[in-house]
Amino acid sequence: MDIKQLETNFDAKLSKNENIEPKDWMPDNYRKHLIRQISQHAHSEIVGMLPEGNWITRAPSLRAKMILLAKVQDEGGHGLYLYTASESLNISRDDLLEQLHTGKAKYSSIFNYPTLTWADIGAIGWLVDGAAIMNQVMLQRTSYGPYARAMVRICKEESFHQRQGYEIMCKLSVGTKEQKEMAQDALNRFWWPTLMMFGPPDAESSNSENAIKWKIKRESNDQLRQRFVNQTVPQAELIGLTIPDKNLKWNEAKNGYDFGEPDWTEFNNVIHGNGPCNKERLGARIKAHEQGRWVREAAMAFAEKKKERVAA
Amino acid sequence: MTTKEALFKYLLRLGDTSMILAQRNAEWCGHGPFLEEDLALTNISLDLLGQANSILQYAGQVEGKGRTEDDLAFHRTEREYYNHLIAEQANGDYAKTILRQFFCDAFDFYFYSELVKSKDEMLAAISAKSIKEITYHLRHSSSWVERLGNGTDESHSRMEKAMDELWRFTGEMFEMNEVDSVLIKEGIAIDLNAVRPKWENKVKEVLEKATLKIPANTFMQRGSRDAKHTEHLGFILSEMQSLPRSLPDAKW
Ligand SMILES: [Fe+2]
Ligand SMILES: [Fe+2]
Repeated sequence: MDIKQLETNFDAKLSKNENIEPKDWMPDNYRKHLIRQISQHAHSEIVGMLPEGNWITRAPSLRAKMILLAKVQDEGGHGLYLYTASESLNISRDDLLEQLHTGKAKYSSIFNYPTLTWADIGAIGWLVDGAAIMNQVMLQRTSYGPYARAMVRICKEESFHQRQGYEIMCKLSVGTKEQKEMAQDALNRFWWPTLMMFGPPDAESSNSENAIKWKIKRESNDQLRQRFVNQTVPQAELIGLTIPDKNLKWNEAKNGYDFGEPDWTEFNNVIHGNGPCNKERLGARIKAHEQGRWVREAAMAFAEKKKERVAA
Repeated sequence: MTTKEALFKYLLRLGDTSMILAQRNAEWCGHGPFLEEDLALTNISLDLLGQANSILQYAGQVEGKGRTEDDLAFHRTEREYYNHLIAEQANGDYAKTILRQFFCDAFDFYFYSELVKSKDEMLAAISAKSIKEITYHLRHSSSWVERLGNGTDESHSRMEKAMDELWRFTGEMFEMNEVDSVLIKEGIAIDLNAVRPKWENKVKEVLEKATLKIPANTFMQRGSRDAKHTEHLGFILSEMQSLPRSLPDAKW
């Protein structure tokens, strides 16, 4: 089959909303785009374990500790599915990790913010997992089969995480004066970085166009951001917290909220390595990987020896 | 010592050991040598936390002063904690973490396998549930002891070093005091002298496969039965308890 024919078949599949599978022919740029997006997603899950992991040893009750530990473990599991989905595009996990460690691959910039109080654990579950769900629900219908299927599994757990995060915020907001302040402070610090998670405004988003054409992405950054704001504002009001945006106002005509513009300069700073915790997050990942090297080598050496013994 | 007082202390011994070992393992979460092991260790930590939770909850009921599992975990000092010294030892490298886990898993396996016969129904039920989890933990840790002992020269020498650091904390796990004698008479607790040879056999078997030797210095440290700990526990508790202690009126 010549390339024209292959391209026509590929486009036909997309227009019928059929999944593209690993053994199917796909344009090189489609594959590259997917590797970039899925591995970035996988890295985000793994790096995302760190800010929340920061509070596991200090969670204030046994129940809270178990919930948080299980949550962070879920994120690790998501990373695992997603690395596997990336591997189906013919790239190894080692190569993907190498890209993360050298800074060639990105991860969600939200994880470069510090978790300063226990309320941040609530805010992350509620807002960050909440924002991730917006994106991931859409990705359940993404055109690449293994990615779409990974998302179906992941989404179920993410909505759990969001509920648990919101529950922490609810508890704090009916608690002592210090607890209420803690909750509001966490919302103040995480609100804008969460809105930035959806990416730059559509007018400036370089990768969006192809992603939509290939049905990898099915909604734009701005659409998803709007939906998130509409969903989250009433949740904040319900527990007496104030969204830190003076321009936030209900707009009857569009049946949604008008809201202020995130600080895109800050966003770019964080993306380019200058967020409050970029160095710490990447440093922690590299350190774990390097200190784990002898363990991985020992496991491989042992497996080799076992094979030899069986062969002998 | 009444049966009730003895049972309370016995439960603290078990619950605290699970609690502190869980806390130590949880320190690895997000920092494991590779993703699959990170998840496995977190899983073990979660199981141990679940065990600690049920045991401390029951301890609170037995004590009868209205203390909850959280009161017991977050509002006792290091001189009121009864966990085995081995559980509080620092993670060190993965060799040390795995070996610590193996010694504890092997103990727990034979210990809880006996404790399912306890005349105390609650204790028997908790043991029955735990033993399923511990069976998996022991399989995991012993396979890693074998792997690391037999892997590379580096992994072998790291295991030897871990052995040298940890062996001295294994003896006190079998120590018995008045708590045990009161409860053994009632058929509630078990005789640790009967657990010991089983533990020793298992350890011998796995160490042999791993080509590792017990250190020449076999002097045993002790203290946890009297809540006398190594210097590690104070730091573990200050970190773990900081939030509930700084806001004592808060509910979480
Ligand atoms: Fe996730
Ligand atoms: Fe999540």
